[in-house]
Amino acid sequence: MNTDWLAAAKARCASMQHNWDFATIIQNWPVLMVGLKGTVWIFLVTVVIGLSTGLIVGICRYAKNRWIRWPATALVEIFRNTPVLVQIIWFYYAFPILTGIDVNPFLAAVLGISLNTMAFSAEIYRAGIQSIEPGQWEAGKAIGMTYSQTMRRIILPVALRRILPALTNRGIEVFKMSTLASVVAYVETLSKAKLIADLNYNPIEAYTAVAILFFVVLYPIVQLTYVLERTLRKSDA
Amino acid sequence: MPNETVKLAQVYKSFGELEVLKGIDLTVNSGETVVMLGSSGSGKSTLLRCINFMETPTAGHIYLHGDRVGAEKSGKIYYRESELCKLRSKIGMVFQHFNLFPHMTVLQNVMEGQITVLKRGKSESIQKAQAQLERVGLLDKADEYPSRLSGGQKQRVAIARALAMDPEVMLFDEVTSALDPELVGEVLKTMRQLAEDGMTMVIVTHELGFAYHVANRVLFLDDGVILEQGVPHDILKHPKTQRMREFLEGHSLFKLPE
Ligand SMILES: Nc1ncnc2c1ncn2[C@@H]1O[C@H](COP(=O)(O)OP(=O)(O)O)[C@@H](O)[C@H]1O
Ligand SMILES: [Mg+2]
Repeated sequence: MNTDWLAAAKARCASMQHNWDFATIIQNWPVLMVGLKGTVWIFLVTVVIGLSTGLIVGICRYAKNRWIRWPATALVEIFRNTPVLVQIIWFYYAFPILTGIDVNPFLAAVLGISLNTMAFSAEIYRAGIQSIEPGQWEAGKAIGMTYSQTMRRIILPVALRRILPALTNRGIEVFKMSTLASVVAYVETLSKAKLIADLNYNPIEAYTAVAILFFVVLYPIVQLTYVLERTLRKSDA
Repeated sequence: MPNETVKLAQVYKSFGELEVLKGIDLTVNSGETVVMLGSSGSGKSTLLRCINFMETPTAGHIYLHGDRVGAEKSGKIYYRESELCKLRSKIGMVFQHFNLFPHMTVLQNVMEGQITVLKRGKSESIQKAQAQLERVGLLDKADEYPSRLSGGQKQRVAIARALAMDPEVMLFDEVTSALDPELVGEVLKTMRQLAEDGMTMVIVTHELGFAYHVANRVLFLDDGVILEQGVPHDILKHPKTQRMREFLEGHSLFKLPE
């Protein structure tokens, strides 16, 4: 009985043997490249906005004044606990109706991905800042440094070194999140692949090509950050 | 009349319900080395930290060269952050755990306050930093990172870092307590040299031998009040109070010279 089922499954697999055919993908390579350009562009914009606003929010999360700390906490919790996909769709469809402000696909995707990146990186920055020994604050204070001087010159440089691996992970996450922008028809790799698939009836090759493309772009970058981490680690203990 | 560098008048400090300092009056004259003794929890660190406003006193006044810190308005004292930063830049402090900046070389550690706080130029800062490193005998370590130094060396760099600000007074809070016994001597020697150079210092330590030989005056702090004070020979050999006698007996392993 059991073996019957297994045989049936195997037969079904055999009948679904796929003949890989990447010819149409190669023909449409320029189209994919236009998509990749869109991916890289939205990645750059969102990673810069997300990681820099995240730094500000992360510092505010650490503030002693609760009127600074609470709004920052609220921002983090709102955007950390809602799906990016929903945020992008919300900014594209709901936000314009509620505010009368027009939002194009690019802006909707940038808002969704940046705010999510802000929320997650803010927590990374905060944890990094909190990991610094209180004695470092004391030493800065004792030679007459202000709070912001100590933060900029003493605390952040060491904290950033410590959280570099976590920030790198965030960056990789953001690069992959860019595919979500396709939901509002922003032109990036995934949406172009879908176009190719629809025109050529080759979704398997098209989406496989997307996966390979992402890997080929990300893998060398990740290797590079390992090197960077190792160099930084040499300078302090 | 000697030049009063630091004066504390009726200084109180509480942490919530806990009253730690209970009316401290203390004057430190220019060039004087004051050693503060007292058992753990008696408020020594708190007193030291009130002098440079690492802690803000709950009540009382603190003067630097006769100038009162803070502005009084209807009986309450207000301190501006900028005033306190300026004050701290004139008062050197050295900690038990060194607290060197790990991402900076030894030289950069000693330059940092000069550049960021005093706005000195780079070449002047380098010169002053090198001079202070020379003074603590660590000029050859200028380009090392702190992680490569021994505890005693770290502490001497921390002293150089404070000295580079040209402080009016130096505060030392148990600076040899975290060191291996064989490294204590090099740090005490550095401090002794400073005393001989005429630096004004307030030192919290458990090294009674150092107190005996180097201090101009020894204070005994007990439960937030200065219970006794006097020249080392008198106070260490002939304590007046039972509390201080008990304290000194507890330290019998640090033998006093006969
Ligand atoms: N920041 C603080 N918050 C609350 N209590 C403190 C703080 N700093 C010190 N204390 C308390 O004040 C008392 C005196 O501490 P401290 O000045 O460090 O004593 P000492 O240096 O003589 O050992 C202790 O009971 C300590 O627990
Ligand atoms: Mg103490």
